[in-house]
Amino acid sequence: MKILKKLLLFAGLFLMIQTASAQLRIEVVGGGATQIPVAIVPFRAEEGLAQRLTPVVAADLARSGLFKVVDPGGMNPVPHEPEQLNYPQWRARGADAVVIGSVSKAADGRYDIRFRVMDAVKQTQIAGFVYFATESQLRLTAHKIADVIYEKLTGDMGVFATRITYVVKRGTRYELHVADADGFGAQSVLSSNEPIISPAWSPDGTRLAYVSFEQKKPIVYVQSLTTGGRQAVAAFRGSNSAPAWSPDGRKLAVTLTRDGGSQMFLINADGSGSPARLTQSTAIDTEANFAPDGQSILFTSDRGGGPQIYRIPVSGGTPQRVTFEGSYNVSPHHSPDGKSFTFIQRNGGRFNVAVQDFATRQVQVLTEGGVDESPSFAPNSKIILYATVVGGRGILAAVSSDGRVKQRFTADVGDAREPAWSPVVNK
Amino acid sequence: MKRLLLAVLASAILAACSSTPTKEQDGAAVEDRGAAAGQQKPPSQSQSTGPTTKPLDPNAVSGNPLKDPSNILSKRSVYFELDSNVVKEEFKPMVAAHARYLQQNRNQKMTVQGNTDERGSREYNLALGQRRADAVKQMMQLLGAQSDQIETVSFGEEKPKSTGNDESSWSENRRADLVYPND
Repeated sequence: MKILKKLLLFAGLFLMIQTASAQLRIEVVGGGATQIPVAIVPFRAEEGLAQRLTPVVAADLARSGLFKVVDPGGMNPVPHEPEQLNYPQWRARGADAVVIGSVSKAADGRYDIRFRVMDAVKQTQIAGFVYFATESQLRLTAHKIADVIYEKLTGDMGVFATRITYVVKRGTRYELHVADADGFGAQSVLSSNEPIISPAWSPDGTRLAYVSFEQKKPIVYVQSLTTGGRQAVAAFRGSNSAPAWSPDGRKLAVTLTRDGGSQMFLINADGSGSPARLTQSTAIDTEANFAPDGQSILFTSDRGGGPQIYRIPVSGGTPQRVTFEGSYNVSPHHSPDGKSFTFIQRNGGRFNVAVQDFATRQVQVLTEGGVDESPSFAPNSKIILYATVVGGRGILAAVSSDGRVKQRFTADVGDAREPAWSPVVNK
Repeated sequence: MKRLLLAVLASAILAACSSTPTKEQDGAAVEDRGAAAGQQKPPSQSQSTGPTTKPLDPNAVSGNPLKDPSNILSKRSVYFELDSNVVKEEFKPMVAAHARYLQQNRNQKMTVQGNTDERGSREYNLALGQRRADAVKQMMQLLGAQSDQIETVSFGEEKPKSTGNDESSWSENRRADLVYPND
């Protein structure tokens, strides 16, 4: 019942959004050091569904690079219940885990989807869940099933049932898109003849803050994904940019030039009240990003000459420099677990995604593309989504936080840029 | 007294030009005049010495120096070196002319739009573009324009004039544009 409620809430978010024509396709490069072999057996009666579930589940797991999907074909009978499982046969195929399930119609017309994750070695059940879903919720349900499997078998949170936002430039048109984390169901929530940059999800996943140039200058807006309504929350004299949400969703850190220079301010996310200045320098202070505990902010500043990353308490005070390798370190984003942050480091003329651990100060450069921008973490702190350029076109890409698994999101048309991963809103 | 102070500051700024090599300064000035003169002369005039006629230019805006191609006020772009927000010598006469225009037309407003090339962080570039726009505004204020006449904004790397990814395109995009409300 609780799950149903959440499903309905989640579905509601899509009502006001128009479907965009471009889909993103994801291509995986590389894989985890060890891949967990798992078989996903087609669920009983799923052939009749408008959206079959197990192909989506298998694709999610394969794309993560952490699983080896074992061919489930040719079993007789096809198992849907634990007692139908012939464990030695699955072990012979190399499967450590087997996912089985079935679909039926519930009395209210929705689908009753039940599945189990079985340990093929211990011959025990690892997890078992029931979901109720309407036809339009089938794909989301498949992602939720993949999340359960991922979590039970890796110990980390699954992020398949989340979404991403990004900007698409087609000719002279700019569109702000929201898509499922696997690139499907892309919808345009804003379209404009002027640039759109820096979209940022509210912590509850219901709003996006972004910078739009539609008034011939950068202005920060907050838009509801539920209603489609929006509000200019920072439209002061000069430039207004770089919105970052506080973890409680009530404040935004923004960069304003109204008092001269580019300085960071805290404003109310509903646009009320007046901005409270956060930094006091004659340099550039911008690209704020809140720590998950809400106590401090990472930002980019060139107060020491070139741009470097600094940390300042939310209450103000003296910023501490946190990056020291290289002459150009920008665009910091915390990992949701608070242990590290990702950023862009320039090495020679190349701009790459890097991660720095807060405790050890160790820096790991994760990419070698050379024109990477705008990195941010998935909500499980395991994947970093960023923008890059391949063959002269802007595309989105992702890299696992250990650098082993790389994904490329390719759109049918246009340049994709400025990605941000949604928080987990339904757990 | 305030006027006098501004005049002194203005001459101080122009005097600062002399700190750069004289040759370069001359070159810039000649190039500047040449461009203006070239646009000023109708083609028929350049060849003959006798009386000439010319068609009425439907695009000419009488009495508006901002739109007269022969007027330095029709020039609106200041170009910058990489990682620099220093207004170069060759653009100072143009910036000074706009400052005078604003000084003489106190109700006139202007926006200075800063731009950068495409390399690096979009938000950091937005701030760098702002710094360029601010540098132009600051010079115009010293030359007599009022702060409230000029709003500085930045487009960062978002609205490139040239879309190539080589130095000639990048240098086109490291720019501040002076824009009047009715442009």
